[in-house]
Amino acid sequence: MSDKDASEINDSAYVAGNGLLDRRLLLKSGLSFAVAGISSTASSASADSASDARPEWMQKPGDAFSNYGKPSSYEEEVVRYPAANSQVDGNGSSWTPLHAMEGMITPNGLHFERHHNGVPQIDPAEHQLLLHGMLDQPSFFTIDDLLRYPMRSQICFLECGGNSNAGFNKRPIGASVGYFHGLASCAEWTGVPLSVVLDEVGVDKKASWLIAEGADAFAMNISIPMEKARDDAILALYQNGERLRPENGYPLRLILPGWEGVMNVKWLRRLTATDGPVMARNETARYTELLPSGKANMFSTVIEAKSLITSPSSGMHMGEPGLYQISGLAWSGRGKVSRVEVSADGGKSWADAALDEPVLSKSFTRFRLPWQWKGTESVLKSRVTDESGYRQPERQELIRKKGRHGFFHYNAIVSWLVASDGEVTHTYDEQKNTESKLPDLDADWD
Amino acid sequence: MMSKKILNLSFLILTLTGINAAAVETALGPKLGRAASAEEIARWEISVMPDGKGLPEGKGTVAEGESVYMSKCLSCHGPKGEGASADQLAFAQMELTDDWPEKTIGSYWPYATTLFDFNRRSMPMQAPGSLTDEETYAVTAYLLYLNGIISENEVMDADSLAKVRMPNRFGFIDVYEQEKTAK
Repeated sequence: MSDKDASEINDSAYVAGNGLLDRRLLLKSGLSFAVAGISSTASSASADSASDARPEWMQKPGDAFSNYGKPSSYEEEVVRYPAANSQVDGNGSSWTPLHAMEGMITPNGLHFERHHNGVPQIDPAEHQLLLHGMLDQPSFFTIDDLLRYPMRSQICFLECGGNSNAGFNKRPIGASVGYFHGLASCAEWTGVPLSVVLDEVGVDKKASWLIAEGADAFAMNISIPMEKARDDAILALYQNGERLRPENGYPLRLILPGWEGVMNVKWLRRLTATDGPVMARNETARYTELLPSGKANMFSTVIEAKSLITSPSSGMHMGEPGLYQISGLAWSGRGKVSRVEVSADGGKSWADAALDEPVLSKSFTRFRLPWQWKGTESVLKSRVTDESGYRQPERQELIRKKGRHGFFHYNAIVSWLVASDGEVTHTYDEQKNTESKLPDLDADWD
Repeated sequence: MMSKKILNLSFLILTLTGINAAAVETALGPKLGRAASAEEIARWEISVMPDGKGLPEGKGTVAEGESVYMSKCLSCHGPKGEGASADQLAFAQMELTDDWPEKTIGSYWPYATTLFDFNRRSMPMQAPGSLTDEETYAVTAYLLYLNGIISENEVMDADSLAKVRMPNRFGFIDVYEQEKTAK
């Protein structure tokens, strides 16, 4: 957009520093966005003048139908990014490419993965769920049994407790936003409310925990408070309308809306009612956050509010100066996102972003804000406030409180530096002041 | 004001009619579960609780554990649990409050029973579930010995393992319990 276009925007439309515009402008049809746009590569598309009036795909019949649709071959770069242990292929995670996505739903093939020892290929006819322990009627349920039960659906995010933890590093990681914050995804999960099955087997009033176990090679186990199990836990069979993907727990997984990913046990095979937690490896040695005092938080079940700008973001290049739409995601394990604010001047001033409908509890929420980029160096940030009143902290604030070695539950504000040449990189507020001599903390995924 | 009154009124009605929110939300299930026998449950049960409940019969020594370790753990965890492609398990040089803390079994794990539960269900990664109860006791004994928690001659069984007190037993803050109490 040229300067002439910029001058057409009324001064009163600027609601915060460095070009941030009123979110209500998004509703006005007259507002046109920069033609060049934001690209993930420096090159831009050029039209073939000979065929632009009727391109080749308009000159012959298209392809036939398909049994199961795939993305366009031109979208081959929109993929998960796997990072696994060098000795064990199935121990690690793969990251959702949030930087290449829009809206609030994660397609099943792009939902993040975290496996401890690979993806089991389970025959649903041979899979059973055993409920036992402190209850009246220990019982097996087959998948066919569960498919006959009353179900409910919920759109909710899942986030690994270790997501975003490169934020603890002394220097800002250069990865694309999805390959840094993409151990978070959002899907519609459908299945049997766990409370229905618990009522049938008659859980002892003194049973305050359920030990959940998966049917993977790790036989992953973890303790779930009974209160949560009864509240909104789902024995999920479907993901975005189709049966679960193997890498997301086929044929049965636990969904605990708003709670740390590892507790949403995949390939669920067993629930044991007990009067205390099992103190599994993944709730003691792992998924606990070491604090500066030397003590560590355990059973940090809830995912605290987080937001980040997905466009523009690290690794992207701005086109010409002009009007852009800032777009990002916010979520909270404590309920609905009530507010997302955006800053284009490194946090000196903030403007309220528009939130895409529907805004759902414990779900990704898409936010947007128009921005008149002047072609000058700018630092973009977003911060979310959830309905509990909790507001996402600045990075310095989080590290002051939690130290550098928590490894889990990093949810600080993310800052993107837009250079005057349009290159977008990850930055920290303190980066220019304190060049650390220490090496980066390594994210360690054993 | 108005909306608060309505809210109070509806609460009253629900209370008077004996219907609470939970009862309304809970759907009826078709009761398709098949009764699980004690024998079936015993075959599936591999959890070990922190008080030792679930620990099986059998026992293992430090020396036996060293030989299990050398054949099944060494390639990923390195000699004497010093760590390689997988976790460092012992000999933490750094304290938990140091700038580069080392979280080993001895410096971090709160319960010795977790070692048995985890090793038997998940280790070794290439052949999970292959350790016998005796081998699991033995390798647990070896790891506790490497961490200076038991002596070279101690034998681990259901009784002795449940009695092991880990150095970092009280190093954790239960955030869930804390929040529940605060409510």
